[in-house]
Parts: sequence; C-alpha cells; structure tokens
Amino acid sequence: MHDSSVDLAPTDAAMLRGDEGAAAAFAMEILVAFADALGAPSLLDITRAHIDGCLYHGQASLDFVERLVSTGGRVRVPTSLNVGAVDLIHPELVRLSPREKNPAVRLMKAHEELGCRPSFTCAPYQTEFRPVFGEQIAWGESNAIVFANSVIGARTNRYGDFIDLCCAITGRAPAWGLHLDENRAGQILFRLTGFPATQLATDGLYVAIGLLIGAKSADRIPVIENLPAPVSEDQLKALGAAAASSGSVGMFQAVGITPEAPTLEDAFRGSHPQEIVEISPGDVRHTLRHLSTVADGTPITAVCLGTPHFSRVEWLRLLALLRDIAPARGIPIYVNTGRATLNQLEGAGLAGELPAFSVIPVVDTCTYLTPILRSLDGVVMTNSGKWAHYAPGNIGVEVAFGEMDDCIRSAAAGRVVRESI
Amino acid sequence: MLTAPLSFWGGVDVDTGNVIDRSHPDRGKNVTARILVMPGGRGSSSASAVLAETIRRGTGPSAIVLSVPDPILTVGALVAQSLYGLRCPIVVCAIDGIATGDRLRVQALDHVASVVHIG
Repeated sequence: MHDSSVDLAPTDAAMLRGDEGAAAAFAMEILVAFADALGAPSLLDITRAHIDGCLYHGQASLDFVERLVSTGGRVRVPTSLNVGAVDLIHPELVRLSPREKNPAVRLMKAHEELGCRPSFTCAPYQTEFRPVFGEQIAWGESNAIVFANSVIGARTNRYGDFIDLCCAITGRAPAWGLHLDENRAGQILFRLTGFPATQLATDGLYVAIGLLIGAKSADRIPVIENLPAPVSEDQLKALGAAAASSGSVGMFQAVGITPEAPTLEDAFRGSHPQEIVEISPGDVRHTLRHLSTVADGTPITAVCLGTPHFSRVEWLRLLALLRDIAPARGIPIYVNTGRATLNQLEGAGLAGELPAFSVIPVVDTCTYLTPILRSLDGVVMTNSGKWAHYAPGNIGVEVAFGEMDDCIRSAAAGRVVRESI
Repeated sequence: MLTAPLSFWGGVDVDTGNVIDRSHPDRGKNVTARILVMPGGRGSSSASAVLAETIRRGTGPSAIVLSVPDPILTVGALVAQSLYGLRCPIVVCAIDGIATGDRLRVQALDHVASVVHIG
C-alpha cells in the first residue's frame, strides 16, 4: 500500500491511517489497491452508491461484510442495495434449503447494519435513489450502471463486489474511467439502416439492438444513430440491460435521445468513430429468432417478466393487457419488481387484481437467479433479453422470447403465441 | 495456461476449481494450486467474490499471471489475503512462450514481483 502510485488527498491518507476507524481504513486500503491496479492517479468524491454485493457467492461474501460490521463500519453516502438471493417479503417463494437460505438472508441484513437502505432492486434509478445528470456515483449491477451513465448522464464505472461497498464506506472512487469527460466519448458507431420511417418502438427492437451492440462493442463505447424514439425509458432500460449481458458495455449513447448525445458530434466529443457498423431490420429479426430456444406453438409452463425490475409504468401497461386478454389457465406469470414499486401498486389498490390472472409479484430478487419457478421442466416465455440470455444456463429452462402482449396471449393460450413480431 | 480470458463468475466451480465456462476453450481444466496464466480477466464484477471464495476453500490458483492488470481479480485476491491471510499474488508481465505444464517461480513482496520461467 505504501508504494501505491495513487496520489492520496490528506483526508484519504488519514482514513487509511485509521483516523476514521478500522472499517474505513480497511475499505480505503482495498480501494487504493484497486485504484492502483487501474492506474488511476487519484480518488474523487461520490455522492451515492449502489451495492451489488448482497447476492451470496459463498462464505467470503459474508466474511467481508461481517468484518466491516464488527469494526463499526457505516456508509458515508446514501447507498441502495441490489437484489439478493431471497425475496424477504415473500420468503416462501424461494426454494432454497435453510442451510443455503440463512447466510443469504444474513448477507442482505448485514448490509442494512452498515447503513445501506433495503431497496433490494436492480433498478435503483426507478426509486428515490435515482441520481441526476453529472452526479459522481459508485454503482454495481451491470444494467443499472448502463442506465445511470446513458439514460441519466450520471457517472460511474462498472463497480462490483467488495469495491462498491469500499466506495460507499469511504465516500471516494478512483478518478478514472467514466467519471471523467475525456473517457465518455463514443468510440464505435451503430447506424440503423433500412428501417421504415414508421418503425414501431417494440420491446423486441430495443432488446435486439442491445444484444447486437453488446456483442460487437467489446469495451468500446457504442453510439447508436437513427434509433426510433422509445415509448418510455423502460425500453432504453431493456436495451442497456441486453447490451450489458451480451458484452461489457458500461454506457451507450443514442443520438437525439440520451442527454450527452443531442447530436452525433456531441456523442463522439470531437473524435471520430473507430468503426461503423450498420444494423438492418434483418439483423434485428435474426437476433430475436435466436433468443428463443423453441418454436411457436410449443406449450409453456410459465411467463417471467421484470428483468430488470418492472417499473410502475410497466405495471400499468401489464394491468391493461391482463384486463384485455384475461389469461385464465393458471399459468403463473412471475413479475420481478422493486419492493417500493410493489408498495405503490398496493397503495393504489391495484395489486388485488393480480391473483385472478395468476400473476405472482416477486420482490428483492429475480427469477433467473434463484429457484422460484415451480416447474423447471418446460418452456418459459419472457420479454426480457437479459432473462432469455441467463436463465437457460442458471436455472436450466428453455425460453421463448416475445413482446409483453404476446407473453400474456401465450399465458392465455398455454403455448407460444406471437402476433406482434 | 489459458488461451482466452476467463471469468471467475460462472466460469469456475468454487467446489472443485474446474473451469466450467461452456464457451471457454480450456473448459474441464483445473486451476487449484496451479499458477494461472492468461491474457487478462473477463466479465462480471462478481468474479472478485468467486476468486476470494476459491482462495478461502483452497480450490483457487496459487498465483495469477496476466499480461494486463485486472482490478476485479486484484480486489478478490486482496480481500482473501486481508480476511484469511491466504495469498494469491497477481502479477502483470509478458506471458509469451508460457505453455501449460511449464514451471514458473513467482515471487511477490509488496509491489515488487518476479516471474521466472523455469521451462
């Protein structure tokens, strides 16, 4: 540590020495080593953090947090928590043994003891923890990182386990990467070509574009030209989530849509694209076809929505579809959402309609991470590119991908129905 | 010697130290107590926690040699060292000419390290 090349401010050095207590010193030691490995010249202040660390990956996850708790650690900035392995409000939903469940629950609660707020959502930008344009933050969770940088214009690197908590406890982050103007310039241009002027803003379009730019960008910053205006920021959320799961995208720009890209020149901050890639309607169709592992007409066993977590707007959209299509076969429709969003829904008296349509809200976690689905034999349908990407490997299901309305039609029919695309 | 970067999250089994990433060319190999040499790290930031867990369990590598620094693996190794006193030095150097089965001597103290290719 003594030989690190990071130029520490006097307050950083004091914290490292132990002036702010043992927990802060431990957190600062790890942060400085991390910053040194990055080649960051110094640290900067952050005003908000989002912790990805409460998903249990083994005893080491818990030992780290317990060490901070036992030495009196407290976060220095407003800090929200990402999904855990357990739905703490509906604990009967998650089918883990007590031996597996207890450390996972303890991990989520230990973070609260450090002063983290029990948001337990992968979409903190949909809550009171939403940052503002230009705000320096330290966020974990790949879809949230992309959303914060791209859709809001806040600034974070791709932080994750251990280091996100170290930033929250010290209130500092490396002065490196996406925190700085010069690193936020676009590098690779994706130009939508051959789409009709009346191209609809379907869910599938945004998912496909996200998957395509994720796969081709590697660690370069993608800029999208000619993207149709989305119906809501939820479609940009889906694009970012797909890009973050198929690649290592931390930020994208969409010309005329995202705040740092009013024009193409703004998106590239004066430099030129290193590469130009055209995306055609055929590329989009091809990508969507390959998301499903089964054909139309295949019986389905469940629908999973809300990866990332459903927003209030998406719930209202779903309720309208449910009333219109009225699925009545008893095929479960799992919807992952933040607990704050579910509270709002209940407060508005809207949650009472859900059981009749077999809608099962899941909070604090996600159906692709943890065993919630009653039956893993059979096909699950989703409108989420991220869910379709991860679930087969994580929980061993086959997937069908479709628009939200097709997912509900399929629940009503008991098999994969696609009318929208 | 891994020919492609490996993501510890989803790519390594913490119980056994086996490479389980289906798309990785070295799938099926075992990293336990071996010096892992690869071009760089990859993928999810949860790799820090997975590396720390393999070190805690004794299924992890004895050292990692990379051609470019990887902050995520660095944090995982440092946390394991701080919590358990178990060391997995992470060293950055040129890795040309190193092949699986070769013997390396890695010495690391604070920020100074040497990697000697014994052959």
